[in-house]
Amino acid sequence: MTILSLTRRTLFAAATSVLALGALSLPAQAQTPPGVLIVGQIAEPKSLDPAAVTAVNDFRILVNLYEGLVRYAPGTLEVEPHLATGWEVSEDGTVYTFTLREDVTFHDGTPFDAEAVKFNFDRMLNEDHPYHDTGPFPLAFFFGSVESTEVVDTHTVRFTLSEPYAPFLSNLAYPTGLIVSPAAVEANGADYGRNPVGTGPFTFAEWRSNEAVVIERNAEYWGDPAGTEAVVFRPITDANTRVAEMLAGGIDLMVEVPPTALGQFQGDGFEVVEQAGPHVWFLILNAKEGPFADKRVRQAANYAINKEAIVNDVLEGTAEVAAGPTPPAFAWAYNEELDPYPYDPDRARELLAEAGAEGAELTFYVTEGGSGMLDPIPMGTAIQADLNAVGLDVSIETYEWNTFLGEVNPGLEGKADMAEMAWMTNDPDTLPYLALRTEAWPSEGGFNSGYYSNPEVDRLLEQARVATDQAERARLYKEMQAIVQEDAPWVFVANWKQNAVTSDRVENFSLEPSFLLMLEDVVKN
Amino acid sequence: MGRYILKRLASAIPVLLGITVIVFLIMAMIPGDPATAILGSYATPENVEKINRDLGLDKPLVQRYFIWLGNMLQGDFGRSFSLNRPVLDEILDRFGATLILAGTSFVLCAVLGIVAGVVSAARQYGLADKAITFTVLIGISIPAFFLGMMMILLFAVKLRWLPVSGMYAIYGGGDLPDLLRHLIMPALALAAVATGVIARLSRSAMLEVLRQDYIRTARAKGVPERRVIYGHALRAAMVSIIPVLGIQAGFVLSGAVYIEIVFQWPGVGRMLVDAILKRDILLVQGGVVFVAACYVLFNIMVDVAQSLLDPRIKT
Repeated sequence: MTILSLTRRTLFAAATSVLALGALSLPAQAQTPPGVLIVGQIAEPKSLDPAAVTAVNDFRILVNLYEGLVRYAPGTLEVEPHLATGWEVSEDGTVYTFTLREDVTFHDGTPFDAEAVKFNFDRMLNEDHPYHDTGPFPLAFFFGSVESTEVVDTHTVRFTLSEPYAPFLSNLAYPTGLIVSPAAVEANGADYGRNPVGTGPFTFAEWRSNEAVVIERNAEYWGDPAGTEAVVFRPITDANTRVAEMLAGGIDLMVEVPPTALGQFQGDGFEVVEQAGPHVWFLILNAKEGPFADKRVRQAANYAINKEAIVNDVLEGTAEVAAGPTPPAFAWAYNEELDPYPYDPDRARELLAEAGAEGAELTFYVTEGGSGMLDPIPMGTAIQADLNAVGLDVSIETYEWNTFLGEVNPGLEGKADMAEMAWMTNDPDTLPYLALRTEAWPSEGGFNSGYYSNPEVDRLLEQARVATDQAERARLYKEMQAIVQEDAPWVFVANWKQNAVTSDRVENFSLEPSFLLMLEDVVKN
Repeated sequence: MGRYILKRLASAIPVLLGITVIVFLIMAMIPGDPATAILGSYATPENVEKINRDLGLDKPLVQRYFIWLGNMLQGDFGRSFSLNRPVLDEILDRFGATLILAGTSFVLCAVLGIVAGVVSAARQYGLADKAITFTVLIGISIPAFFLGMMMILLFAVKLRWLPVSGMYAIYGGGDLPDLLRHLIMPALALAAVATGVIARLSRSAMLEVLRQDYIRTARAKGVPERRVIYGHALRAAMVSIIPVLGIQAGFVLSGAVYIEIVFQWPGVGRMLVDAILKRDILLVQGGVVFVAACYVLFNIMVDVAQSLLDPRIKT
C-alpha cells in the first residue's frame, strides 16, 4: 500500500460516487406536474373534520373540500349565500330560516338537504346526539346561542336562537360552519376526520401522514369545475425549509412567508401576494394595578412606541400600523376617522410626568411564537427599547406559546403589567366582546386579561350584538372604537397583511381577507 | 450466552418503568395543557375544562398514570388528539422512516469512520493521516442542522441535484431511487459528527494495537501489511471501537430529531417535537417510551456483540 495506490483507489471511489449521485439526481430536476398545485403548508392538519379543528392551517384545506350555508363574498368579509340560496330573519332576530340549494350532493352521493344541516349542528351542540362523541368540538360555542335546528321541509331549515345574536351569519361562514356528510360521519365515526366528505369543488383523495393531503377536482360539482386537477398540501414545519422548497421549485405556492425571506422572491419566476386581514396585534395593559391603572400612562405607552419602525423594520412591511381595536379589514364596521397614536416620545414623557410614573418598573410578558404573533421576540425587544427611552424600566419575561397563554389568559393581576397578544377573528363583534367588556374579565371566563372596564363600551357592545341592522351595528362599533382608542386599554400595534408566494406557473391566485385559501379558480400551468 | 441475554433483558424492565414515570411526570408538570393548545386564543377556563374532561385529563394524576401504563401493557398506547389517530399507528409509521434515516447514517458513519481511522493509523503523520484528521475536525465542529441547511442551499436550491426535503417525491415517486435521492443529504448530515468521533477513536485504538508485540511478530514473519492491519490489528481494535459504535448509534437516533426537522423527514423525532409543542401528552409519552425501549434494546445488543468478541466481558 503506497500513497499513490491509495490515491488511485480514492479517486476511483470518488468518481463512482459522483457518477452514482449524478444518476440519482437527474430525475429530481423534474418540475411539479402541470394541473397539480402543490401547496407548502406550515403544519400537518389535525383533522379534516371542520367541526373539530381550530387552526387556520387546517381551514386552508377544509374550505376547498366543504361548503357552508353562507360564505364570505370573495375579497370581503361580507356574508353571501352559498349552499343556502337565501335566508329570512324574524323581527326579533332569534329565528333564521334558510332555503337550501336543491342541486347539491355530497361527494359520497348522498343528498345535501335540511336533514343533513340539522345533523351537523346537532352533532356539534347536542351532547345526547349519537355522534357527539366524534368530537371534541372546540369552537362549538360559535353557535352556542342556537337552541334548536329544525327541518321545515327537505330544502328549508330553521335555527332558533336563545337571544338575538348578530354575528350568527358570520359564524356560519366560518369554517366551523362547513357542512359534512352525515352518512360519512356515521360510516367512519371517530375516524371521520381522516375520511372527509363534503360538497365542495374538490374531493378528498388521500392523506399520507406527514407527507401530503391530496384533493382532486370534483367532476360532479354543482358550480363551475375547479381550475386544477388536484391540489397537494405538504406540511413543511420549518420555515427555512419551506423557503428552500419554494426556491427549488418543489412547491408552487407557499403561505406565511417569513418577512426576512420575502426579498428572495422579488425576482422573476415568483409572485408575492398580500392581503390585509382581520388581524390585530396589541399589548394588553394591566389597568387594574400598577402604573397602567392610570389612563395617561397607557396613552403614554401608545405614544412612546414607534409602530412605524416595528412594522417597517422588524416586520419588513408585512403589516400596517393599527389605529384601534378593530382591524380595517372589517370595512363596514371600521372607524375611518381614527388615526393611530403618532410616535411622540416627548408627549409620552409629559404624560408620564403628569401621572408621576417616571422610572416605573414594568414586567412585560413576551411569547416565543404562536398563532398570529408574527415576530414576537424582536417586536417585544423593540417595544422595550422604546419604553425605556421615555424613562420606563421594562423587563421582559419570555414564554413558549402554550405556557404564555396559560399565564396571560387567567389575567395579568399580580404578575405582569403588559403582555403581547394577537387575534384573528371573523366578525367585528368577537374580539372586543371577548376581550374588552367588564363581563369578559378572566374571572367571568373572558379574555379581558388587562381588566379594562368602561360601562359605555359594555353598553355599545351589548347593543351591537343584538342589533340585526348592519348599519346600526356599524355605528355602534365605530363609537366603541373611538372610546377604546382614547381609553387605551391596549397599545395598538399592527394589523398583519398575510402573504403568499406563487411560482409563475400559477394563475388566478388571490388571498382572502378571511385568511382562508380558496383554490377553486386557481390554474396551474 | 442465552442466560446472559435474558439477564440483560430482565435488567431493562426497571429502566423502562422508570422512564414511563419520568416522562409521565414531565408531561404532567410542564406548563400549558392540551386544551390551551387546541383552543389557542379561545381558551377560556370554561372551554379548557370541557376539553380536558373530554380528553380524560380531569382524573387524578396517579390514576391517569396507571390507566396509561395498564393500557400500554396491553398494547394500547391511546389516541393522539393532535393527529386524531391511534398513537401506536403513528409511532410505527414514523419509526420506519427514522430507522431508514438513522440506520443509513449509522452504517455510513461506522464504515467511513472506521476506514478513515484505520487508514489514518496505518500511516500515522502521513499525508493521508493529516488530511483525514483535518476533515474529521471540521466534521465534528459543524452542527449537523447547519450542515444540513448548507447542503440544502448548495445541492437543492443552487445546483438542483437533489430534492430539498421529504422522504418521497409527492408525485410519481415512491421507488428506491426516489428514496435514495431524498436520503442522501439527511443521512450525510446526520452521519458527519458521528463519523468524526468514530474515526478519531478508531485511529487511537488502532495505534494502540499496532504497538503490540504480536503485530511486530506478524510483520516479522512476513504477513502482508494489508492482513496485519485488517486481519490482526483491526479485529483487536474492534473491542474498544464497538462500545463507541453503540453510543454513536444512540447519538444518531437522537440527532435524527433536528435533522428530521431541517429535512422534513417524517420520522419519530419530528413527531415528538410537534407533539410536545401541541401538548399531545399521549403521543409524547408513547413516543418517548417507544424510542427508549429501542435504545435500551440496542444497548443490550451492543453489549452482547462485545461479549461475543471478548469473552472476558461476560461476567
